Amino acid sequence: MEMVKVTIDGIKVEVPKGSTVLEAARAAGIHIPTLCYLKGVNEIGACRMCLVEVKGARSLQASCVYSVADGMEVRTNSPAVRDARRTNLELILSDHDRSCLTCVRGGNCELQALSRQLGVDGIRFEGERVHFAVDDASPAIVRDPNKCILCRRCISTCRNVQGIGAIGISERGYHSVVGPIFGKSLSEVNCIYCGQCIEACPTGALRERNDTGRVWDAIQNPDLHVVVQTAPAVRVALGEEFGMPMGTRVSGKMVAALRRLGFDRVFDTDFGADLTIMEEGTELLNRLKHAGKLPMITSCSPGWVKYCEHNYPEFLDNLSTCKSPHEMLGAVIKSYYAEKEGIDPSRIFVVSVMPCTSKKFEAVRPELKATGHPDVDVVLTTRELAGMIKQAGMEFTGLPDEPFDPILGDSTGAGVIFGTTGGVMEAALRTLSEIVTGRPLKEPEFQEVRGLDGVKEMEVSLGDRTIRAAIAHGTANARNLLEKIKSGEKEYDFVEIMGCPGGCVNGGGQPIVHAQDRMDENVAEIRASAIYEEDRNLPIRKSHENPSIRRIYREYLSEPNSPKAHELLHTHYTIRSRY
Amino acid sequence: MTASILQEEKEKASELQQVIDEYKGEKGPLMPILHRAQEIFGYLPLEVQEYIAEGLHIPVSDIYGVATFYSQFTLKPKGTYSVGVCLGTACYVKGSQRILDQVIQELGIQPGDTTGDNQFTLTATRCLGACGLAPVMTINEKVYGRLTPSDVKGILDEYRSK
Repeated sequence: MEMVKVTIDGIKVEVPKGSTVLEAARAAGIHIPTLCYLKGVNEIGACRMCLVEVKGARSLQASCVYSVADGMEVRTNSPAVRDARRTNLELILSDHDRSCLTCVRGGNCELQALSRQLGVDGIRFEGERVHFAVDDASPAIVRDPNKCILCRRCISTCRNVQGIGAIGISERGYHSVVGPIFGKSLSEVNCIYCGQCIEACPTGALRERNDTGRVWDAIQNPDLHVVVQTAPAVRVALGEEFGMPMGTRVSGKMVAALRRLGFDRVFDTDFGADLTIMEEGTELLNRLKHAGKLPMITSCSPGWVKYCEHNYPEFLDNLSTCKSPHEMLGAVIKSYYAEKEGIDPSRIFVVSVMPCTSKKFEAVRPELKATGHPDVDVVLTTRELAGMIKQAGMEFTGLPDEPFDPILGDSTGAGVIFGTTGGVMEAALRTLSEIVTGRPLKEPEFQEVRGLDGVKEMEVSLGDRTIRAAIAHGTANARNLLEKIKSGEKEYDFVEIMGCPGGCVNGGGQPIVHAQDRMDENVAEIRASAIYEEDRNLPIRKSHENPSIRRIYREYLSEPNSPKAHELLHTHYTIRSRY
Repeated sequence: MTASILQEEKEKASELQQVIDEYKGEKGPLMPILHRAQEIFGYLPLEVQEYIAEGLHIPVSDIYGVATFYSQFTLKPKGTYSVGVCLGTACYVKGSQRILDQVIQELGIQPGDTTGDNQFTLTATRCLGACGLAPVMTINEKVYGRLTPSDVKGILDEYRSK
């Protein structure tokens, strides 16, 4: 790699040619403030927070888009730089809804942090403010343009990372606003509620709909039996909300916290994931055997499912008919568990804690009511659960490790790895290999399906047959893959798609990582390695070996894809408008 | 896509398709296509924007962003007569706000809107370059200068009777 020498604040550094001044400064240990910059996603030099003095340049330069040159001399902390940054920030703040005390991002807001960092102690430019209606019509995402600073991080994420473009910038100048076209609500356009925009937002302009009040009410209601379940990706990220390092596994503490919050039972969505493998694996074998529609595509990710409904109606028959794991578990809780415990399903209230905002939408789908009651009553994000734990005054890091409740809390390593891209495929291969060949796998790990490449392909032999498989994560990658399948360029038997880049570990409901930290840390990679560690530490790592899964088939469902299983665990899809 | 303009006016729709085909593949096709689309339809309704998005394989939010950024594009249908009242500096100091208020009162619509009978569209414009005649109002291509509020009704009536 060709290197260039630059001097930054008197420090000499050598950095690869083509680096930006921002990156070079970081290599010299200088963290230049940023706001609109989001590594690899939004690099537009719009907010003017990262201004620096470049010797010989006519004016201050935005370091996030200014490339280094050999011999360049840069000052990042001159009076002119400090003045310009602070004035620009004051101008942004002058038209910002500064209700920080009651804002969901208070204490975790990049704008607020920057204001402290730059020492803004007053705003000289009080004037007229624009007022926009808050869009809270969707079941998942709230959009509050009054807190928007027009940085476009959400737009770039939606348009380029996810390939959707549900939101854009419209009008101009003072009236500029980020949102869907023609002033529509997110609920009226092709938004898939993946929440990647929330992860990208530096302020509280985009956030999930807060459903914690409904959960507190249910817990307080003596007539309700309140059951909670948690998705695999939550346990490798929740700790971040309590200051623990990224990648810390907190399964046991999370269960203890849920019990102390007052939930009557703490079950594991991983059980639902094991059930999914039994149902989806069988469905795949049937499709292969009876010349069914191929490739079969996974249906665990509600963001992906909604994307498919909007954009690729021709692939709806390719989607597995399996409900997503937490919906399966919800249906089982309100039928099997209700019967066993002698509780009327109308009195059972199921809460799912998910790394996902799209699950909030999934939970209100009218078709997901196997018992006549919603399979899942409320979906909380990882962030919302953290909020409840904080409200309850628990010292999370000091909690003991507690196990999930039997038997719907019993799960396997295969269930855990659903939380990362490639995980559903790997879990399915572990079970399918053994079912088809009748021989135990020597090694349960399928390294070829792991990793963060946008699209992965592999061939796996199952007995005398070779399965052609592909994995995509993030809907822009999904689109690329689907277009190739559509044109006939590629043929597969089994495809795994997750709506979020990196899969659920990087879902829209996960703890928000500031842009500056994302410069150094690959969030999806770190959380995924914790998922794989969790898998390695579990005694059972294959879904079909889960004794409680065997038991529920023996006692209730009879066998995978049975009429009873279909009634409770399978679903259908709806064609939706493209725009 | 809801059926209306593009289905009702098949000729215009096929003209738009030709325009898209003509510019597709060129660098920066959106602006010329939007200009031509507005010539064809008179404005840029949602369906037309969706149709262009489909043709260019870009999100409709990209198109909406451009269409609302530039003031020469309009999202609403225009009336037969386009009434412009200049609020440029010279006209403004000569009292054009009172002219505009009078037009608003006469037509019963706000700037940017069109009367229910599709006769008049009202716009508050920037400088029209006729400062010597300030305050100035235009109806389509015709310029009316040195106006007082009492002139407004008579001028509009000329068009109302047409």
